[in-house]
Amino acid sequence: MTKPRSFLINIRYADAVMASPQDYILQVRGLTKLFAGVVALDNVQLNVRMGEVHALMGENGAGKSTLMKLLIGLLKPDSGEISFDGNDLTTSHVRDVIRQGISMIHQEMLVVPELTVAQNIFLGREANGKLFSWLNDRNLTEQAAQLLKQMGVNIRPDTQMKYLSVAQMQMVEIAKAISNNAKVIIMDEPTSALSDKEVAMLFSIIIDLKKKGVAIIYISHKMEEIFTIADTITVLRDGKYIATKPAAEFDIHTLITMMVGREIDTLFPISTIQPGKEVLSVRQLSRKGKFSDINFDVHEGEVLGIAGLMGAGRTEIACAIYGLDPADGGELYIKGEKVVINAPQDAIQHGIGYVSEDRKQFGFIPRLSVRENITLASLPKYAKGLLVQAKSESEVADAMMADLRIKASSSNQPVVQLSGGNQQKVVIGKILLSSPSLIILDEPTRGIDIGAKAEIYKLINQLKEAGTAIILISSELPELLGLSDRILVVSQGKQTAVLLAKEATQETIMHYAMEP
Amino acid sequence: MEKDFTLIKGDGYGVLHMRNIGKYVLLIVLVAICIALSMTTPRFFTIQNLMIIVTQVSINALLAFGVTFVIITGGIDLSIGSIVAVTGVVAASFAHADTYPVIVPIGVGLLAGLLFGAFNGFVVTRTKVPPFIVTLGTMTIGRGLALILSKGRPISNLSDSFNFIGGGKVLGVPTLIIILVVFFGICTVILKKTVIGRYMYAVGGNEQAAKASGIQLSKVKMVVYTLCGGLAALAGILLTSRITTGQPNAGAGFELDAIAAAIIGGTSTSGGAGTMIGTLLGALLIGVISNGLDLLNVTSYYQQVVMGVIIIGAVVLNSLKQPSN
Repeated sequence: MTKPRSFLINIRYADAVMASPQDYILQVRGLTKLFAGVVALDNVQLNVRMGEVHALMGENGAGKSTLMKLLIGLLKPDSGEISFDGNDLTTSHVRDVIRQGISMIHQEMLVVPELTVAQNIFLGREANGKLFSWLNDRNLTEQAAQLLKQMGVNIRPDTQMKYLSVAQMQMVEIAKAISNNAKVIIMDEPTSALSDKEVAMLFSIIIDLKKKGVAIIYISHKMEEIFTIADTITVLRDGKYIATKPAAEFDIHTLITMMVGREIDTLFPISTIQPGKEVLSVRQLSRKGKFSDINFDVHEGEVLGIAGLMGAGRTEIACAIYGLDPADGGELYIKGEKVVINAPQDAIQHGIGYVSEDRKQFGFIPRLSVRENITLASLPKYAKGLLVQAKSESEVADAMMADLRIKASSSNQPVVQLSGGNQQKVVIGKILLSSPSLIILDEPTRGIDIGAKAEIYKLINQLKEAGTAIILISSELPELLGLSDRILVVSQGKQTAVLLAKEATQETIMHYAMEP
Repeated sequence: MEKDFTLIKGDGYGVLHMRNIGKYVLLIVLVAICIALSMTTPRFFTIQNLMIIVTQVSINALLAFGVTFVIITGGIDLSIGSIVAVTGVVAASFAHADTYPVIVPIGVGLLAGLLFGAFNGFVVTRTKVPPFIVTLGTMTIGRGLALILSKGRPISNLSDSFNFIGGGKVLGVPTLIIILVVFFGICTVILKKTVIGRYMYAVGGNEQAAKASGIQLSKVKMVVYTLCGGLAALAGILLTSRITTGQPNAGAGFELDAIAAAIIGGTSTSGGAGTMIGTLLGALLIGVISNGLDLLNVTSYYQQVVMGVIIIGAVVLNSLKQPSN
């Protein structure tokens, strides 16, 4: 054996140690997935070590969900391979993937409402999933009780799922993933419905799992969470693999730049316009059990932010102004004239538009096209007699699409196929088409990635410059501070402060929001 | 505090629990109607009349059990009335006196129903055609097959042993009642105590969740439609035996009565909820009301109006039971 040769071998050995395949519990190579000829995932790789929290970052539409669905076996790749713990999982069925030891907590909360908590936890694994065998519900319920107790969650395992809160359902989904004795757990936005206390609980569960060697693939839009919990970060963009690095080598700025692919220097646009005439005045507005004695004004070209904790009454105030749940006390004035708003039609007639926080439920009709959704609320304008004038409808919709920079293949694409950010723009476009003088935006950037957020901010600013009065409800304080002129703070249904945004800080807002 | 998970059942009729009160409504309504009828007509509450009601109800109830499985998974089966005709005709052709032993017509009839149901399941799972359309198609196909196989004529002159299975009595109890009780038990156990039963609720309650839990949707649906076909075949054989004739026109409209029984019994038309006891009570309610109205000399025209009102009322009642967010 000559010296140089053994030297070579040594180098190779060292290389092998650094990136030894045995270190990785899960390896994805060259994964590609096409949907109807469109590349959703392009030659993507992912290497996950035992006992690490591996964050997967990317904007909506970057391919994270597609990658996860391929991993868990809900989709089959067009090319590439997935190997897990020495086994090839590339074309395995979900059932086998789960049995091999990969679990997934789905973002869209995949639960069966009529079944009990225990039945949901063990769904698909009763008696090893053999179709024709007996059930032992008592046994399952006892196992579930024990599991939930270990997690420190106080939920009765025999309760039907439909009686749980969203946060409780989320905890059950987590219990389900853990109960599988999985070696890899995929968590897709696991904290979207959880309170701070429950997030802390989840994180301590994650740390326990890590100690047992379980790998977590963690997807979240919340940056603080990523930097708290992640060991490694992989970034995807436009369906392509960008990079994998230890979390310590990232800061928020580099991570966002990598995700977006361009520098986002000024997230909040600067506005120079001075507020003009009064558009809406609210006096002593009350609704029994929800809020009372609310007083504020909004002016042309002004953004009034509404801050408050969950359940403080923010959305309820908006719903009262828009007539969804009318107020039972107090007065509303539009441009100085007293008005009565008992239903959304009244509000629309007075030039008020409302973008709901729940865009899936109230915002758009999924299967209808971008065009049909945009013109939905103002269709009579584009009709002669009974017939919709296709040409003028299309022109208007195309113009709105261009104005709002809605990314869709054409105005005929169903809204359900768009990303969250673009769906939100469609909803806003629909409201804008009725040219309201006041727009209420309720959590307009919830669940939207950072690039689309920046565009929504720009849009809010444009509306403001055009003289529209805006009420902005948001749980994200930087967003409120960056966009608002004044901020109304509510706490437990009471108004506790109206602050000038220039002078307010996150701390002062929180102080008033917590005021009893 | 965590320790006192008293394991009460979240479903079923066994335990009184605030949330389960709604499930007793149907029973209470049924009992109230029975009491009212007993007071208005002396002929109602007699052993003989009650046996007549249950006998009359049994064939509809068997069909309703089958369609309950299907509706729980979020599907529908409109072809069961036609399966009754096909299987009745098939069984009758093998049931002439002095030909085959009675097990042959029963076996062949059941096999025909299972195959028919499996065909429904096959088309539903292999194509994206909604079950409503698929079974609307097979309903017509089935009716045609029954007419073809019988050459459009009733098949009579059946053996005594064949006529016994749907028309006889054992220890004074009509065979139909015995068969009803047995199959009520079997269907309840399938739904509540087996893995496939659990999967029916899961598939109908949230198909995506079921899929993500590794449940093979197509297998579950195949089983369900096949089972429904099998129960329809049983109903077809019993009906043929009871009327001692294989009728190609038998069972027309039966699917609607069966679906009505399931829905009155609390089966959710959107899937994911329903019980066999509910369906049985639904079938009994339909039977009791039509019997009662007969005894009160109300014409069948009015009976149909009453029945329609009851179906809608039952669904309204069920919607009131749902928790609101």
